[in-house]
Amino acid sequence: MALTANAVTSVPLGNQRLKAPRRRISWFPLALILPSVILILLVIGFPLVYSLYVSFTPYELLKPNSLAFDVSTMFNNYIRLTRDPVFWRSLGNTLLFVTITVNLQYVLALGLSQLLARVTRGQSILRTLLMIPMMFAPILVGFQFRWFFNSNLGLVNNFLFSLGYSGEEIAWLIDEPLGMFSIIVASIWMNLPVTTIILLAGTLSLPSDLYEAADVDGASGWAKFRKITLPLLAPFTYIALTIQSLDVARAFDIVRIMTDGGPAHRTELIWTYTTRLAIEDTKFGLGSAMSWVTVIVSVVFTVYLFRQLVKTRVVS
Amino acid sequence: MIASVSPHRKSTQRMWNLLAWVILVLLAIPAVWIVLTAFRPQAEVNASPPVWIPRALTLDAFTTMFGLNPDVRQRVAVEQYLVNSLIVATISTLVTVSFGTLAGYAFAQFRFRFHTLAFLGIILSRAVPGVALSLPLFLLFTRLGLTNNLLGISFVYVAVNIPFTIWLMDGFFRQIPYDLTEAAYIDGCSKWAAFWRVNLPLAVPGISTAAIFAFLASWNEFQIVSVLVRSNDARTFPPGLFAFTEQFTIDWRGMCAMSVIMMIPAVVFVILTQRNLVRGLTFGAVKG
Repeated sequence: MALTANAVTSVPLGNQRLKAPRRRISWFPLALILPSVILILLVIGFPLVYSLYVSFTPYELLKPNSLAFDVSTMFNNYIRLTRDPVFWRSLGNTLLFVTITVNLQYVLALGLSQLLARVTRGQSILRTLLMIPMMFAPILVGFQFRWFFNSNLGLVNNFLFSLGYSGEEIAWLIDEPLGMFSIIVASIWMNLPVTTIILLAGTLSLPSDLYEAADVDGASGWAKFRKITLPLLAPFTYIALTIQSLDVARAFDIVRIMTDGGPAHRTELIWTYTTRLAIEDTKFGLGSAMSWVTVIVSVVFTVYLFRQLVKTRVVS
Repeated sequence: MIASVSPHRKSTQRMWNLLAWVILVLLAIPAVWIVLTAFRPQAEVNASPPVWIPRALTLDAFTTMFGLNPDVRQRVAVEQYLVNSLIVATISTLVTVSFGTLAGYAFAQFRFRFHTLAFLGIILSRAVPGVALSLPLFLLFTRLGLTNNLLGISFVYVAVNIPFTIWLMDGFFRQIPYDLTEAAYIDGCSKWAAFWRVNLPLAVPGISTAAIFAFLASWNEFQIVSVLVRSNDARTFPPGLFAFTEQFTIDWRGMCAMSVIMMIPAVVFVILTQRNLVRGLTFGAVKG
């Protein structure tokens, strides 16, 4: 864990970093980070600790006295969750959603960035086109795809009908597994540009002499991609995936507006289920337990990505 | 590129160009459709089969939204949402960028105790999902009487956006050669002066990129604000838009018009900073 963010980002500047004086005790940098740290502790740290406490109580909004801690019942909420089929369903859906979204989105972005790097005409227009989805807030992405996937007036079905499809209307947001498919499409549409842009910037910054040497050796296009492009893109991959991992919970907005986890929990993710328990059912204790599940999933996911990337760096 | 291009190579190149255009146009179609719909006459919006290319354009959706259409009485408080969103995004951006720049500089230029640990902790705090924060914040804000308070919301956004700002600013400050700082010290500058007079001016492009990210993050945030704000007076744009979709009959064109308004800052920022945006995100990975 010690070699994560800093280790990677500081690599190109290794020499410079050594020149920097190592001061023993310096109040100056500590004073500079203090406002940020205090704020994060106050607005993120403290509420998290508080919600951990609440998760050990049977707190419900309509029973104000239920915010009392009792050692014998402190794990009741967590036990209840493990016995709740919807909880397992939301966890399964989330793993499926995250795995498919992150991987597919990365592969597509990699392909698209290689394609864009070869384009000789209209590079800047193409890049502007690529940035269009970045102008959409997650909530807008959700609204947009809710409309497009609407079964009777959505763009997708209408398009299929005008192509000559004559079957029944397809209930994109309702049928299984089309609901999950629809939210994955929306999520990939939203995340693709950032990843592509980062990988494109990386590809364009690669030294051309390596490719020339490979050409002399008669390497195929695929071999050059595998042996040169991919390993050298590792730091960019790292940045793209880090941004991804930190933003993965933004899928909440998309799902909330597209399907709200329904129907019958078919598209329920851990984030929508947390709000359902805590905000809609006002079961704050149970909801807090659920929200801690989301924290743990996020942290595990982020740490896993960091590790993977450190590994790929070692191999390259 | 290469002087002697064979005709075979030329046709492959043309194929690549064409493929890139096809893919990116397909990718942009959903967005174009939303914007187009906002400017269509109502009859075209619900037409079946759909009218693919608009025959007429109109501003009706916008005049209705801002209450300039005398025929429609019931409408959404768009101006209120806009003002609230602007207040929250502006306040939180100013504070986020000030704090984040200071901390980013500290991480980039100094080695100190718990350097890596603190950096890692800050980045990990960004991984906490909004859902997990909104519930305890709701309970705490209710006690403190901060719900429906724009300042309270701004405060939360600062904390949520600071980690990413620090990450970006750390990358930017690392790009500035340390020799400059060293020269400043030799000239007798204090540590603060070396930061304020030497490094800060050089980091202005980075700061503007970070500011844009912070502004858009606050402008677009939906989950936390929808829990912490229950009244129309303090509602920002995203929950306002969401409330609009929850009505009995969805006015798709009105929604599209609202979306267009909501997109304006993002469009302006993306166009203004295309270059810095890419550099900002990839700093630290490119050899300086």
